[in-house]
Amino acid sequence: MSFLINNTIGADDAYTLGPLQAGPPCCVPEPLIRVENLSLHYGGKPALENVSLDIYKGCITTLIGPSGCGKTSFLSALNRLTDMIPDCHISGNINFANKDIRHPALDVQALRRDIGMIFQKPTPFPMSIRRNIELPLREHGVSKRTELNDIVQQVLQDVGLWDEVNGRLESPAQALSGGQQQRLCIARALALAPKVLLMDEPCSALDPISSGVVEDLIQRLREKYTVVIVTHNLAQAKRIANYAGFFWVKEQAGCLIEFGQCKQIFDSPTHELTAAYVNGIRG
Amino acid sequence: MSKSDLARVLIWLAAALVSGVFVWLLADILVHGLSRLSWSFLVEAPRNAGRSGGIGSIIISTGLILLVTMVMAGPLSLATAVLLSEFSQHDSVFRCLVRPSLDVLAGVPSIVFGLFGNAFFCIYLGLGFSILSGGLTLACMVLPVLIRTAEEGLMAVPNDYRMAAAALGMSRSAALVHLLLPAATPAMVAGSMLGIGRAIGETAALIFTSGYVDRMPESLFDSGRSLSVHIYDLSMNVAGGDANAYSSALVLIILLLVINSITLRLAKQWLHKSVAV
Repeated sequence: MSFLINNTIGADDAYTLGPLQAGPPCCVPEPLIRVENLSLHYGGKPALENVSLDIYKGCITTLIGPSGCGKTSFLSALNRLTDMIPDCHISGNINFANKDIRHPALDVQALRRDIGMIFQKPTPFPMSIRRNIELPLREHGVSKRTELNDIVQQVLQDVGLWDEVNGRLESPAQALSGGQQQRLCIARALALAPKVLLMDEPCSALDPISSGVVEDLIQRLREKYTVVIVTHNLAQAKRIANYAGFFWVKEQAGCLIEFGQCKQIFDSPTHELTAAYVNGIRG
Repeated sequence: MSKSDLARVLIWLAAALVSGVFVWLLADILVHGLSRLSWSFLVEAPRNAGRSGGIGSIIISTGLILLVTMVMAGPLSLATAVLLSEFSQHDSVFRCLVRPSLDVLAGVPSIVFGLFGNAFFCIYLGLGFSILSGGLTLACMVLPVLIRTAEEGLMAVPNDYRMAAAALGMSRSAALVHLLLPAATPAMVAGSMLGIGRAIGETAALIFTSGYVDRMPESLFDSGRSLSVHIYDLSMNVAGGDANAYSSALVLIILLLVINSITLRLAKQWLHKSVAV
């Protein structure tokens, strides 16, 4: 599928992020986010128990596992979106670039600027394509017209959307197709120059072709950005990720069963649950 | 005749009855009221207790009362709705107090609001029978419906927007101003329509608060007679006032339609603008 899409859609020169890169392993592991003993409860109900793992800089880390095992909760904890959920309690340590992100005095808005998030359902705001990208930028203090224009063009080129929407930047973003909307959301996140992008099943609401386009885009993000992606598409995980974490539900709480290089997780998992899951026997 | 035919006939009958009542009402008012309706009727002062002359001062009083009502109730209800839907927890004390109070307030008969307005605004605050007292009383009366509709409008905005805005590092107030309020505008406009409709048709609450005086008001502290009070007075207390009562009723209905269409158009334009910019 990926092969077919690469040949039909998105000639390389439509993107400015650089060429597609073939899968793992990519780099010398250098932890950017360190999670230690993370537990997460919703109103007394445990969702995650004792998760420890490192997110490596410039790599794509995928989180796999069945629904309800806390992958999304884990992701939301990394940029403190869990603050938005009432009754959500977190314990453990999360360090991002050697800073404790759970520190009460931490500037959460700045943290979320550094750690962006893409959701399963594309969430363009009900406004023009241009304003979708400019609104968060203005909130973060970018107000010069020329600067805004440059960033808008740059990020739209980055996600390969520029040629498709150039000339109709003022039209409503919600008139775009699902795949275009999702790429716009990625562009909107990139506009803030984040260091990390969290992606919560970014392709699962899209048709296979759009999904392929977005998947290619994610691969182009490698090295420039650190990507953590939750996916239920194991083939996709295998294709794009450098590292993989396998989550499972144990005693009604999600936990991390195994973490390692993507190739190792898929080809020679050490845990029998992982083996069963990646081979499609369970899950 | 089969069962479904019978059902069809009944449904048609019910629909015809409902629209029939509306058409009859409108036709009655049009037939009786249209002949006297003229520019001079709209601008002249009432004479001979309203039997002759126009309703110029009445329209001004009505407009001023509505203005006071919306200026007071609008911001208050918006702020309350925002607090209820965006900035309070589900089980907060504030919510537990305000919600039931609003429900009770919504069910209170308007005559009770009139008595309260009279006791509180006219006597206790010393505003007397005045347009201000009347407007403030109506503001209390329309608060529940304004707050409810604004709150429901805000809650109907998908949570995805809030999460997406937060994930982009936008503050909650920025999300509110740029995303939630614009998205909730149609609902809030509909709510203020309902509120204005209720306020403009109100008689009982105004008799005790803004009073009967049909002179042209000179300030908000003057007593002023609203259109609905005028209609009530002409048809109940003034022999031979029926004809002008009909014309005033026609004006009231036209006014309501005009306010509705203008507000809807403004809301549409505003929404369009917020998308385009």
